[in-house]
Amino acid sequence: MADKELDQGKRRFLVAATSVAGGIASAAAAVPFVASMLPSERAKAAGAPVEADISGLAPGEMTRVEWRGKPVWIVRRTREMLESVKRNDEKVADPQSQRKKELTPEYARNELRSIKPEYLVVVGICTHLGCSPVDKFKAQPEAFESDWKGGFYCPCHGSLFDLAGRVYKNKPAPDNLEVPPHRYLSDTRILIGEDTKGA
Amino acid sequence: MGARKLLLALLAAPALAFGAVAELKLDRAPINEGDLISLQRGAQVFVNYCLSCHSASYMRYNRLEELGLTAGQIRDNLVFTDAKVGELMKSAMAAQDAREWFGTPPPDLTVIARSRASSAGSGADWLYTYLRGFYRDPARPSGWNNTVFRDVAMPHVLWQLQGEQVLKTEEHVLPGGKKEQVQKLVLEKPGALAPVEYDRLVADLVNYLVYMGEPAKRTRIELGLYALLALGALFVLAYLLKKEYWKDVH
Amino acid sequence: MAATGKQPVTGAGPFNGLLTWIDQRFPLMSLWRDHLAEYYASKNFNFWYYFGSLAIFVLVLQIVTGIFLTMHYKPDAAQAFASVEYVMRDVPGGWFIRYMHSTGASAFFIVVYLHMFRGLMYGSYRNPRELVWIVGMLIYLSLMAEAFFGYLLPWGQMSYWGAQVIVNLFDAIPIVGPDLALWIRGDYVISDATLNRFFAFHVIAIPLVLLALVAAHIMALHEVGSLNPDGVEIKKLKDPKTGHPVDGIPFHPYYTVKDTLGVVVFLIVFFVILFFMPEFGGYFLEYNNFIPADPLKTPSHIAPVWYFTPFYSILRATTETFMWVLAAALIAYSALLVHSAKSTAARLAVVAAAVVLLAGFFTVDPKVWGVALMFAAVLVFFGLPWLDRSPVKSIRYKGLLVKGALALFAASFVILGYFGTQPVTAAGTVVSQVFTLVYFAFFLLMPWYTRMDKTRPEPSRVTWRGAH
Repeated sequence: MADKELDQGKRRFLVAATSVAGGIASAAAAVPFVASMLPSERAKAAGAPVEADISGLAPGEMTRVEWRGKPVWIVRRTREMLESVKRNDEKVADPQSQRKKELTPEYARNELRSIKPEYLVVVGICTHLGCSPVDKFKAQPEAFESDWKGGFYCPCHGSLFDLAGRVYKNKPAPDNLEVPPHRYLSDTRILIGEDTKGA
Repeated sequence: MGARKLLLALLAAPALAFGAVAELKLDRAPINEGDLISLQRGAQVFVNYCLSCHSASYMRYNRLEELGLTAGQIRDNLVFTDAKVGELMKSAMAAQDAREWFGTPPPDLTVIARSRASSAGSGADWLYTYLRGFYRDPARPSGWNNTVFRDVAMPHVLWQLQGEQVLKTEEHVLPGGKKEQVQKLVLEKPGALAPVEYDRLVADLVNYLVYMGEPAKRTRIELGLYALLALGALFVLAYLLKKEYWKDVH
Repeated sequence: MAATGKQPVTGAGPFNGLLTWIDQRFPLMSLWRDHLAEYYASKNFNFWYYFGSLAIFVLVLQIVTGIFLTMHYKPDAAQAFASVEYVMRDVPGGWFIRYMHSTGASAFFIVVYLHMFRGLMYGSYRNPRELVWIVGMLIYLSLMAEAFFGYLLPWGQMSYWGAQVIVNLFDAIPIVGPDLALWIRGDYVISDATLNRFFAFHVIAIPLVLLALVAAHIMALHEVGSLNPDGVEIKKLKDPKTGHPVDGIPFHPYYTVKDTLGVVVFLIVFFVILFFMPEFGGYFLEYNNFIPADPLKTPSHIAPVWYFTPFYSILRATTETFMWVLAAALIAYSALLVHSAKSTAARLAVVAAAVVLLAGFFTVDPKVWGVALMFAAVLVFFGLPWLDRSPVKSIRYKGLLVKGALALFAASFVILGYFGTQPVTAAGTVVSQVFTLVYFAFFLLMPWYTRMDKTRPEPSRVTWRGAH
């Protein structure tokens, strides 16, 4: 009967329309629930950029600040240290920091891996399994490397990083030390955690 | 018939028990919750006068960007401690000191506007009347008392702006000869602001306190309109669907 | 290959294969048929029949919002209040989830009270549905416990002092009281220990109980079939060809579609409250609860949340003078029972019980009797299936006596509820006392007035706006 067919068509349409509308409404209702699992204002405040004062940093010295629960090292490199980095390209696995783009921001994707050549800013966590490497800046023969030119040594599994935070070849760690987003507020203050000129 | 009358009497009885309980008389707070400039002024009064003793420890400074301020403006004009702009608005006063100086720690003010609502009026009304109700009382340790909050420990922080009020008792004669004692606040020594200006300042402060009690309020109301529109549409569809299927039922 | 001789699933389009596979290993299709597609319910369900499905809907809402709140809430006396404000301000969308949960709590009780009232009106508790009613009452008790435990969690002044008052009621029980209260609290006063255990009860223990009871409630209902506004058993008249009740329609699609509409209407009301007046005049979110709990400062006016106030009224109404009224009422009621009793043994039992109770009325503190009456006010509901002696089930066919009694009862519930929200006054106490008597009279005199009532004969078919 034509009536019955119309009925079925109308019913199918109404079921579909109501289901679609209900689906959209449910998706909209789900938004606050999903959003509630994103970092809260408290987490964002705790993870806010940290200011590092480098006015008292002497050449060859390192200072440490905490950002988002991670140690960030700032090393004021001497001219010898910078030279040793330039001569180290053969020994490191990824000299131009091309391998994992996200670990090195554009402005640090150079041989010295820094904005200002003098200051190295890296996250002090070994890219192997997360231990914190030890600073071995003195260029002298070491047990882990007879021709050591200075850098960082990770005691957990023996990974080595040079004075630009670049990982040595044939070591457990796969990548260079991460350079965090950062920018200079002045000659003596670095803001770690923010690189765009935000508010 | 008698039973019916009894029934009606029983049902009406509660009306008699709506006894007159002496209630607070509050002035209406003339606030416009959408006025961002008023809220900004109120925020400024709050951090300048209140935050030294009271905390607002559930409110973050950077939330004030909602009022049309930048983080820089907030940092420069509204943060007086070494707190970062993303941090909570904590008071500079230590709780132990507060207890010693005032006998009771000044309460946190983040949700004060929500807690002071009652059948006598909204929280805003209470705060507006309270902040304009201080008067000189030499019997109190602080030298001040308040018409809304009897024997409050808080001194009149804004006295330099309002001036000094006293509580005067007047005798009124009602039509019929009955005499009535009425208490009135009288401004004895004027302050830096004229009464109208002071009332405006308090209104701004109260407006801010209401906002701080629930910063999401405006979003809530806005979203509500959209949600109801959506449900209205859903209602039409669900109704048509029901009607269509129920055609089957005879 | 096919594990059983079941028919493969049809009508599910591309899902036929999957559903058949499941059905061979799980009673999927028989559940679908027995509880949805071939569960026959009366066709004349009215407004009062929406509240069962709405109750399930609100339960799901509370569980889902509860889960998300638990992600951020801190069950620690020092952090609880702050964590609620953290949810309201710092958690994206947190305020919406919180308001859903607070509005949902009150909505749950509105829906449940209307659902129960339907039962009172249409005799849903009568044979053979006594167990549906009993399980339902157990759900109500669990819901009250769930709400009570949940209310401590925000750790506001009302949370703290409300819990203090209620736990002190247990303290008032003779002999075991103080130890019992100490055991409940886990401390000498309501403290962090109490908060943590109430959190455990509220978040997992009682929700599990509620889910189990709701499942049992529906299983018990489906075992005997739903009633209807006319109180007529539709299974009595079956179509000889199909074997289905002539006045019945399959729950799916007719009531799935109708209940969907019900949910949409409910959400409209729910969202009007949530988005525009979540505090609801201080009844859904109490003003005093925006002050952090202070064990050293008692609020001038402690009241339980609105859904407990009828029972709170009964508690407060039980004063020393009221004990005399109760004594008189007890004597009158015992006389009635003795007069109606069938055996000497029964008469003796009544007299003995009355004497014991009378002695107790004047030796034990009225406060204890207040607690007893308060609990009795809830427990008396369990007796309904056996108290109602009317020859008909539905209010539609009952006389003025029963209609008047039900109206009085509903009025007393509302009036007692109102006075429970107000501070104690002399007039208010008298009114509460009067309506406490009305409340209990509704139940205790039911066997007599339901028999005296002039009923109309029940129809054999349900009344329905459509032709038949």
